[in-house]
Amino acid sequence: MPCGVGGQPLKIAISARNLRKVYPGQPPVQALAGVDIDIQDNEFFTLLGPSGCGKTTLLRLIAGFENPTSGSLEMFGDSILDAPPHKRPINTVFQSYALFPHMTVAQNIGFGLEMLGKPKAEIAATVDEMMALVKMTEMADRQTSQISGGQQQRVALARALAPKPKVLLLDEPLSALDFKLRKDMQLELKRLQSETGITFIFVTHDQEEALTMSDRIAVMEAGSIRQIGGPRDIYDHPAERFVADFIGDTNFLPAEIDGRDGTTARVKLSSGQKTTARMQEDTTPSGKVTLAVRPEHARLVGEAEGLLQGALREIVYFGTDTHFHVDIDDGTSFVLRQQNSPDTEARLSQGDRVGIIFGDGVAQVLRD
Amino acid sequence: MAKRGFDIRRQTGFTTIAMACFFMLYMPIILLVVYSFNSGSSIAIWEGFSWRWYVSAWENEQVQEATVRSLIIAVWAAGISTTVAVLAALATTRTRKFKGQSVVFAMINQPLMVPEIVTAVALLIFFAMIKVATGYTGLLYLIMAHSAFCIPFAYLPIRARLQGMDLSLEQAAADLYATPYQVFRRITLPQLWPGILAGAMLAFVISLDDVVITEFVKSAGQDTLPTYMLGQLRRVVTPEINAISTVLLAISVTLVIAFTILSKRKT
Repeated sequence: MPCGVGGQPLKIAISARNLRKVYPGQPPVQALAGVDIDIQDNEFFTLLGPSGCGKTTLLRLIAGFENPTSGSLEMFGDSILDAPPHKRPINTVFQSYALFPHMTVAQNIGFGLEMLGKPKAEIAATVDEMMALVKMTEMADRQTSQISGGQQQRVALARALAPKPKVLLLDEPLSALDFKLRKDMQLELKRLQSETGITFIFVTHDQEEALTMSDRIAVMEAGSIRQIGGPRDIYDHPAERFVADFIGDTNFLPAEIDGRDGTTARVKLSSGQKTTARMQEDTTPSGKVTLAVRPEHARLVGEAEGLLQGALREIVYFGTDTHFHVDIDDGTSFVLRQQNSPDTEARLSQGDRVGIIFGDGVAQVLRD
Repeated sequence: MAKRGFDIRRQTGFTTIAMACFFMLYMPIILLVVYSFNSGSSIAIWEGFSWRWYVSAWENEQVQEATVRSLIIAVWAAGISTTVAVLAALATTRTRKFKGQSVVFAMINQPLMVPEIVTAVALLIFFAMIKVATGYTGLLYLIMAHSAFCIPFAYLPIRARLQGMDLSLEQAAADLYATPYQVFRRITLPQLWPGILAGAMLAFVISLDDVVITEFVKSAGQDTLPTYMLGQLRRVVTPEINAISTVLLAISVTLVIAFTILSKRKT
């Protein structure tokens, strides 16, 4: 669990229990299959998953654009299920930005405050502040069609932040931007979140985006949450095959449980060698299991020293690093990634017999 | 030689047929316009250029009356049918799908499918009953009839515009604390405006040149411009008719061009 800043007690901004959403039809489509989630106040929280996993549906339920089939949804302890979107202190940055085309940049940003009935002077002051925050001050009187995609994105952000919502929802806001702009905006969003202290709930299918920006990530698949944790947790200790596979590259190894000690399991690899692997707290695996090992967490060594043995099938040079594809003797294959430096030269060549090692506790036992 | 896809423009005789069609469509209209400037009183023998028939039509009291009546009816019919069409379009695009929605849709478009003569006879009988019961014989009958058959013409462009509008704009407004009324007033309506104008113009033109229903529904002395012209044709035909037709044509063409520009306009 994350810790509250300065020892303050943690407040839960959004809490869902057994939240389900089924779209009627033949057959009915289950978009959310009973989601439990607690999102802390002042947290950058990311919903990550492939398209169709239910992440956008969850966001739309929180915003109030749709009603859940069953389950509860609370904001700071109060149910918000009966409140229509305009009564929820939650704002959204839409994937398509949804800027009002018949209004100027400044009118767009001021719209929320205007609807809240704030005095004109206060609106003008907040709009100025927001435009400065997203560096759009010179564009105040432009029409939204006269600014670039990246600028539209910033206006959408400023518009959603201007009413100072308790929670900001972001629906894949960076997906329409080009690579360079996306990188800049990732840092910008992170900065805005920490400056404003607003809870950000960010939806993306881009694992790298999720890893670089988030305080915590919920990985979703088929309407369920597969794992919730910090970026390191999720990357280094994936709980199940889907998570390991969806985030980064992973080698899957067959193994057998040989004993347990707390969250550590002693496992026997297909080569007969033994090592230790980490388990999820809530699981008690036994018998045959699958281990996950990240390509950069393993090293190539001489055949005799390896936990696993095999033949080098392919060496692919990538500039910053080199990928080694090894055919393991049990018939599976294993990829290793090693960083290049000027003094490493290629000593290995295709067909060489090699060994693979990784440290104790590096491998992760996957839940089935 | 590179293989080409089927291109109708490359078929034998395409140009000839196309030219013939354009000739058939536009030659009579061009002749009508040309002869409206005839200085003689024949609609077939050219005797020289003159504004004579325009002046004559302008000074003809019956034409004046019919024109004013046509305009009154067209303005009211366009106003009423557009209002109804906006409401109908909102109900068929901005609500959750309801049972019988396709029936409602068909009913709104009914005047497009039912032969006009049937609607005309039905209205004649219906209004005759009301006339007997109330004794009222004013313009209201024509306004009501025109409003009714103009609804689908106003409805279609408005509905098309509503369907083409990005729903996320309305959601974004609701998300920014706008009540449903404010969403409509501040977001939907400004976006819909070109569609509403286009629908109103179309309704106006349709009402302006209606003959069949007007002929059946009107009381004595309630000629509109088209029914007045029809009446004149039974007597001596002078280029005055050409002149009136040319003015009507100019109005229609202007409005249709405006309609095209408005319905294509973005934002």
